[in-house]
Amino acid sequence: MTTNAFPALSLVPKTDVEMKAKDFKTDQEVRWCPGCGDYAILAAVQGFMPEMGLKRENIVFVSGIGCSSRFPYYMNTYGVHSIHGRAPAIATGLATTRPDLSVWVVTGDGDALSIGGNHLIHALRRNVNLKILLFNNRIYGLTKGQYSPTSEQGKVTKSTPQGSVDYAFNPVSVALGAEATFVARTIDSDRKHLTEVLRAAAAHEGSALVEIYQNCNIFNDGAWEPLKENDVREDNLIRLEHGTPIIFGNQQDKCVIRDIDGHLQVKDITEVDQSEIIIFDAHAKDPGLAFGLSRLYNPRTLTNTPIGIFRDVTHREAYDRMAQQQVADVIAAEGPGDLRTLLHGSDTWTVS
Amino acid sequence: MTKQVVEVDRVVIRFAGDSGDGMQLTGDRFTSEAAWMGNDLLTLPNFPAEIRAPAGTLPGVSSFQLAFADHDITTPGDQPNVLVAMNPAALKANIDDLPRGSDLIVNTDEFTKRNLEKVHYTANPLEDNSLEAYRVHPIALTSMTVEALKEFDITKKEAERAKNMFALGMLLWLFHRPTEGTIEFLEKKFAKKPEIMKANIAAFQAGWSYGETTEEFSVQYEVKPAPMHAGTYRNITGNLALSYGLVAASQQSGLRLFLGSYPITPASDILHELSKHKRFGVMTFQAEDEIAGIGAALGASYGGSLGVTTTSGPGIALKSETIGLAVSLELPLIVVDVQRGGPSTGLPTKTEQSDLLQAMFGRNGESPVPIVAPQSPADCFDAALEAARIAVTYRTPVFLLSDGYLANGSEPWQLPEIEDLPTIDPAFATEPNHENDDGSTEFWAYQRDPQTLARPWAIPGTAGLEHRIGGLEKADGSGNISYDPENHDHMVRLRQAKVDAVADTIPDLEVDDPSGEARILMLGWGSTYGPIGAACQISRRAGIKVAQAHIRHLNPFPRNLGDVLKRYEKVVIAEMNLGQLNMLIRSKFLIDTYGYNQVRGLPFKSSELVDVITELTQQMEESK
Repeated sequence: MTTNAFPALSLVPKTDVEMKAKDFKTDQEVRWCPGCGDYAILAAVQGFMPEMGLKRENIVFVSGIGCSSRFPYYMNTYGVHSIHGRAPAIATGLATTRPDLSVWVVTGDGDALSIGGNHLIHALRRNVNLKILLFNNRIYGLTKGQYSPTSEQGKVTKSTPQGSVDYAFNPVSVALGAEATFVARTIDSDRKHLTEVLRAAAAHEGSALVEIYQNCNIFNDGAWEPLKENDVREDNLIRLEHGTPIIFGNQQDKCVIRDIDGHLQVKDITEVDQSEIIIFDAHAKDPGLAFGLSRLYNPRTLTNTPIGIFRDVTHREAYDRMAQQQVADVIAAEGPGDLRTLLHGSDTWTVS
Repeated sequence: MTKQVVEVDRVVIRFAGDSGDGMQLTGDRFTSEAAWMGNDLLTLPNFPAEIRAPAGTLPGVSSFQLAFADHDITTPGDQPNVLVAMNPAALKANIDDLPRGSDLIVNTDEFTKRNLEKVHYTANPLEDNSLEAYRVHPIALTSMTVEALKEFDITKKEAERAKNMFALGMLLWLFHRPTEGTIEFLEKKFAKKPEIMKANIAAFQAGWSYGETTEEFSVQYEVKPAPMHAGTYRNITGNLALSYGLVAASQQSGLRLFLGSYPITPASDILHELSKHKRFGVMTFQAEDEIAGIGAALGASYGGSLGVTTTSGPGIALKSETIGLAVSLELPLIVVDVQRGGPSTGLPTKTEQSDLLQAMFGRNGESPVPIVAPQSPADCFDAALEAARIAVTYRTPVFLLSDGYLANGSEPWQLPEIEDLPTIDPAFATEPNHENDDGSTEFWAYQRDPQTLARPWAIPGTAGLEHRIGGLEKADGSGNISYDPENHDHMVRLRQAKVDAVADTIPDLEVDDPSGEARILMLGWGSTYGPIGAACQISRRAGIKVAQAHIRHLNPFPRNLGDVLKRYEKVVIAEMNLGQLNMLIRSKFLIDTYGYNQVRGLPFKSSELVDVITELTQQMEESK
């Protein structure tokens, strides 16, 4: 693959050395629990990095706090392991001042949607050129097993012995609500799909939110099992592909249609006319269809769970590009500033 | 008609009116004319937190005090000589500050039954002889303004709004000031509304002519220019000087200035100002909250910019965790705290010095941060440059502690020569700095400079120096995660030692003691420099020997501070809090200091400090 596939990275210096996954590994001992889904994601990201063809020193990973946020220590790039929830804010300052960098944020469901919810939605609303990887395991791992804002209602954990009463966030719905220009969902164990989504996210200019269903085998093992088990997986997953009818199921026997009052519905393919089946459009300016799809699943059983790219639009320019452009435009129009002129202002007097 | 001109050495005027009466603008304009005449001056704006409290009420009163003189002055004056009261509320809120025999100019049009009732005047003070101690000038400002503008195609309300310009014209006549600057100013301000512009200029000129022709004023006052060092001057507020200092720091270091900020009184003007200076490559980011403001600034610093965040006390509380991260990451960052009255929302528009201990200790863990405090509005320029020097040289967050009085107060500023400004060397790391046993080299992110103890600043994009940093404890040298007990103890001490080492590059504390025989030292920090200095001068004229010292670097302290303190029998620490510097000095130097503390939201009056000095002197005499 050539680097032309990533127009969004046009300002980031390219390498002429052929890079391999191992070039992105550090000498640090990886400290996740054996069997953690994070290992698969790390391997997929390290495997994908060479494809971008960028100089390694121009890639930065920024994270918050939580198991997933240890990620930067294991990437042989520049990296910051920051504080809980603030990675999008820190990365915003970095990306805004350094258009020559490829900036990635690694976060979890607690980090991004609980303590850092505000920063996440504002980074997405501004469309800052960040690639945000949100590892969703529906649990707090590093603090040893409390429910998270994506835990299903009724979750019994150390902090909710009678079951949680909170309603959960759906990260894709949240991101679409903030009008994120790129929103996708993938699964830790599906290396191929995960890599495809990373590729599309990297190519996107502006914020990209990638929700990765990730298994915490210690505190919430099997949370995504209905989407992973061979015999039931395809019955539950709706694989979104731009420009194709939304048909899924083990036997390709289910489809998504819009009912009479405008809601999306899953139907048996034999019950509907072929023309009723929605052709998926990831590039629609209006996020309505993507939002509707994000609401289809049952958060408890995970039936009708769409994965893939929900939204990938280009009509909103990236925040950092516009901010840089404003500075460049002013300098082009008025010339660079002169400190002496600035300090003197318009109203001085002289004492001799 | 030619009137008698009386020469005076110093005048303090207070303009007081409703928040919507334009008192701040009127004061600003008068200030510019005084500055242009070469007077030394200081200003004290005082306004409510509400944008428009109900008209005519006490909470809605806004005022602007200005002292101008033919000599060097250090305070905006304890009490006004002239009070301009635009309505009964303004009179009621300010009359107690006016010394007997002073001039009181009142807008009689506003002294209606309804307005009097709003502030619980049972009788009209203009009629019940309660103001007989003053030289009252009852003037129908509103109706005369409306009358003067009847030819203009504007509404009655618009005409009434020009009454502040009528008052300004009158006052400028009374104090023998020029008018050209204000006319030029109005032409620019209302360039897009020609009719309003003409009306305001007409009101202004009508006020001037009124002063000249009326019997109300029998004399005109003149304040000669003050002798000042030769040079070029301008008038400047603290927030503006601080903004310019940051731009200068960016220019002098070659680092892009990035401001991450969330609007908050009284710091927002710095955000507004810096957003205008894109020609200097300045980028400003209005964040979603205080935390994101400092987060983005720290992210920019990581990328090799000069990261700055600006806020007030409540914002610092929210930023604390990120300041701690900056301490751990050891990256340059300037944290500007324009202090205001607290706790909590407190007094948003009033001044206070009660964030010193928050700046010192308001974080988890051992988390030392250097602190610099400017002492006057113009000094905010130099203090900002100094904060940047420390931040960049030592790779550390630095607190710049301004306050509401410095932020909005103004004074003449002798413009520096650009060649004389300090240069700041970012000294980015470019090469590996560690050799392994096998002869290979690598980059150690926490390998320190032996002199400053600062770590290398390697920014993304630098090949071969890829590294990871974070808030977890790091192994000395390599910077890898380390939970080793001995290493943590060592790193905690190293970070403290680095901040302590800043003292190697800060000047000794200077003491102003003209007689050399003072037994009392008046010690302060920040914006109290003016009132303390004035109090010392007044006391010396009364024969009392007193010394003054003012601390600019609050962390670390200047090396000679302990020696200075020991030279005096009594050390008085005057500050606008309940004794925060006092606590630091007592614990560090084990001396029995005497604290003088007020938290009224206003600067000290020099007279109250003179009383402190006088009383203490008497006590010392008696105990001899």
